[in-house]
Amino acid sequence: MGASDRKGRAGATAWKVAGLAVLLCAAAALPFLVSNYRVFQFNMVLVYAIVLLGLNILTGYNGQISLGHGAFYAIGAYAAAILMDRYGWPYWVTPAVGGALCFVFGFLFGLPALRLRGHYLALATFALAVAMPQILKYKHIEQWTGGVQGIVIIKPDAPFGLKLTPDQWLYLFTLAIVVVMFAVAWNLLRGRTGRAIVAIRDHPMAAEAMGVNIALYKSVTFGVSALYTGVAGALGAVVVQFVAPDSFAPGLSINFLVGIVIGGVASISGAVYGALFIQFVPNFADQISKAAPWAIYGAFLLAFVYLMPGGVAGFVRLAWMRLRRTGSATSTAPQGAAIQDRRTT
Amino acid sequence: MEAFLHQVFSGLATGGVYASLALALVMIYQSTNHINFAQGEMAMFSTYLAWAMIHAGLPYWWAFALTVAVSFVAGVAIERVIIRPVESAPVLSVVTVFIALLVIFNSVAGWIYSYTIKTFPSPFPEQPLFGNRFISSHELGVIGVTLVMLAVLYAFFRFTPLGLAMRAAAQNAASARLAGIRVGWMLALGWGLAAAVGAVAGMLIAPLVYLEPNMMSGVLLYAFAAALVGGIDNPFGAVLGGFLVGVLENVIGAYVIGTELKLTVALVLIVGVLLVRPTGLFGRVFVTRV
Amino acid sequence: MAALLEVEGLSAGYNNLENVLHDVSFSVERGGITAILGANGAGKTTLLRAVSGMLRRRGSVRFDGRPIEKSAVEDIARVGVAHVPDGRGTFLELTTEENLRVGAYARRDRRGAALDMERMFGYFPRLKERRRQQAGTLSGGEQQMLAISRALMMRPRLLLLDEPSFGLAPLVVQDIFRIMRGVNAEQGVSVLLVEQNAGLALDLADRAYVLETGRVVLSGPAAEVGADENVRRAYLGF
Repeated sequence: MGASDRKGRAGATAWKVAGLAVLLCAAAALPFLVSNYRVFQFNMVLVYAIVLLGLNILTGYNGQISLGHGAFYAIGAYAAAILMDRYGWPYWVTPAVGGALCFVFGFLFGLPALRLRGHYLALATFALAVAMPQILKYKHIEQWTGGVQGIVIIKPDAPFGLKLTPDQWLYLFTLAIVVVMFAVAWNLLRGRTGRAIVAIRDHPMAAEAMGVNIALYKSVTFGVSALYTGVAGALGAVVVQFVAPDSFAPGLSINFLVGIVIGGVASISGAVYGALFIQFVPNFADQISKAAPWAIYGAFLLAFVYLMPGGVAGFVRLAWMRLRRTGSATSTAPQGAAIQDRRTT
Repeated sequence: MEAFLHQVFSGLATGGVYASLALALVMIYQSTNHINFAQGEMAMFSTYLAWAMIHAGLPYWWAFALTVAVSFVAGVAIERVIIRPVESAPVLSVVTVFIALLVIFNSVAGWIYSYTIKTFPSPFPEQPLFGNRFISSHELGVIGVTLVMLAVLYAFFRFTPLGLAMRAAAQNAASARLAGIRVGWMLALGWGLAAAVGAVAGMLIAPLVYLEPNMMSGVLLYAFAAALVGGIDNPFGAVLGGFLVGVLENVIGAYVIGTELKLTVALVLIVGVLLVRPTGLFGRVFVTRV
Repeated sequence: MAALLEVEGLSAGYNNLENVLHDVSFSVERGGITAILGANGAGKTTLLRAVSGMLRRRGSVRFDGRPIEKSAVEDIARVGVAHVPDGRGTFLELTTEENLRVGAYARRDRRGAALDMERMFGYFPRLKERRRQQAGTLSGGEQQMLAISRALMMRPRLLLLDEPSFGLAPLVVQDIFRIMRGVNAEQGVSVLLVEQNAGLALDLADRAYVLETGRVVLSGPAAEVGADENVRRAYLGF
């Protein structure tokens, strides 16, 4: 690699850092520029972005398909609701609790899941997604879960007497958590751990032969993925101010999966694109056709898959590369989407 | 005892529907390595078409035959137009396409036919056979039709050249091409057959659960589970799995836990089976060579 | 009379790049046997794949006077080109007999196909013993016999063989080559043979080409090529 290449690389990184900084400033300024309802919507985008990042770590990078992340989201959400409403805990602890709890559940689920691959794992995780709302409605734990009616949460005020509406404060709080969690994920995926995780997805036998403890990595990855989703669930509960079993129907898990595909599998930025998609496109579809909004949504899905096979993140990367007119750009995420169709000729 | 037997026979009847849909799933899986999550909604839409024909005055069996034919053609068309562009795309992209199809069919059905529940006629007599108290004529008819359909499909795949070509194309597309088989059309044919089978399944179950756009979502889930329990690459396993799941669902719902949680319990049991036999009861255990 | 297969200026490769074969030209006469020799990585398998349509290729490929460089694999097969690929391409889950029937799929004549199957069993009695067995349980040699038989079931005019001797015991290889010679002599099936075992190939073929890093470096009648000093040293171990 010549000196000019290295300079080119450094230049590219500088652009990336600058771009990220601009993005962050814009994101932080957002709540002051738009209506309160929009702040709420963008807050949910941030929440979903954390979920999708977690799901991407498991499904995109590690190749373990999950149709059950709605269940972990629900666990995080209910953890927050129960702690805040029944035990008076402050809101800012709940993401950590939700995350820790979900890590344990995720890890425990990941252990037997080691035996399952592909569609079998998809079914097992989907069973989880189907089970969760039914469990939440179960009469015998109603005193904690609030049964079918669920639990109402009071949105916290901004601390230290800051002149922010509760929505604005929550947004910034979520944004801070997003930044931290994205940074952690980026670091993780960039290093040895990230390579091991991807190796397990692409060449499990080779990885094992190289000394990677597959069982441990896969279970821990499940746990970490669930952790992210649990954190998001807790945040989401506070933002929406309400948890009820039917908010966590199996469709939510499917929506998450759709989110990472549209956003870009095995990509960190894809989590944000995907979150924007699953938050706004259903509303948009509703505006286009009141009679069959989901048909429009489906049409959007088809369009995105056909036109942007690598997701929005893949599309952006391609456009970026073409703009810079270089042959190969360095990227943290592996090229292409996960779980490659491995049929050759 | 009588009640128990009734549950079992009812379970076999719904199990027949699960078996049919599971078979459709396996057929598409064998040729494309993908699970068509939209199979249930396609079947539901076919059933609505039949309903519309019957309401326009067509006799039942004419509507039945026409629906099966139209569904076959539609299945072929969907494969060629919607699935072909993503044939070699990553699995998750294909899954998203299926989800899109699912959502589109569901939504359009609700839009055209509204969400109010409709009744769908049964071609079988009202009175139970020989006046028995265990199984209605329709339920018996469902089991019968399912078995006949399966026998026909088995014979087709096993004994006809086209069936052989489809199996070859499904197993090894590259080699099939080298033998002059038009693999693309084999896939389309597979989809057509699956759609036709799904249409039959839909028309069989509609009299039991009433016709409405969400009629098939539970059925699809059970069919999926049945296909996996049987071993996703094994048509016989799928059929057996379907009957098993049908009986299991009824028995659990009646004696163990009640209808709200029966889906959960059934799924948990199935996952339990998968943990013990990860490739299903009759699935092949593949030994991967380095 | 023009050759059965005429290839001129063929370039091909993988991942949409033409980086393996560069401007290759060769031909197979009607009723002839042409051998392509070369070391690993020379591009021999790529060459066969380019002819049978499995790869994107540039250049001219004419079969019986008609251009096939833009045709799809299945169409080329139906015109009379049977490719026995590296790895044999056996349908592992079908039975031996079903594998053969797949070969006959594109044919119109039922009776002819049934007779041909008996003929295959005549060439390779071991296949007849195992006719109802799952093809995946056959040994390497048997699968090679099966692959060649399946190709012959297509009643091809040109047979493409990718390293038929690979990984097989010498006696089995002898068997296969003997049958190849017979099929060529009796039915006039032309053969394009790619082989690492140069001695065997030159023995069977009437024309030979030597491929090195994707280019033809030597061509001519098999005997001449076999007598060439460089070839003798590099490929025949002298």
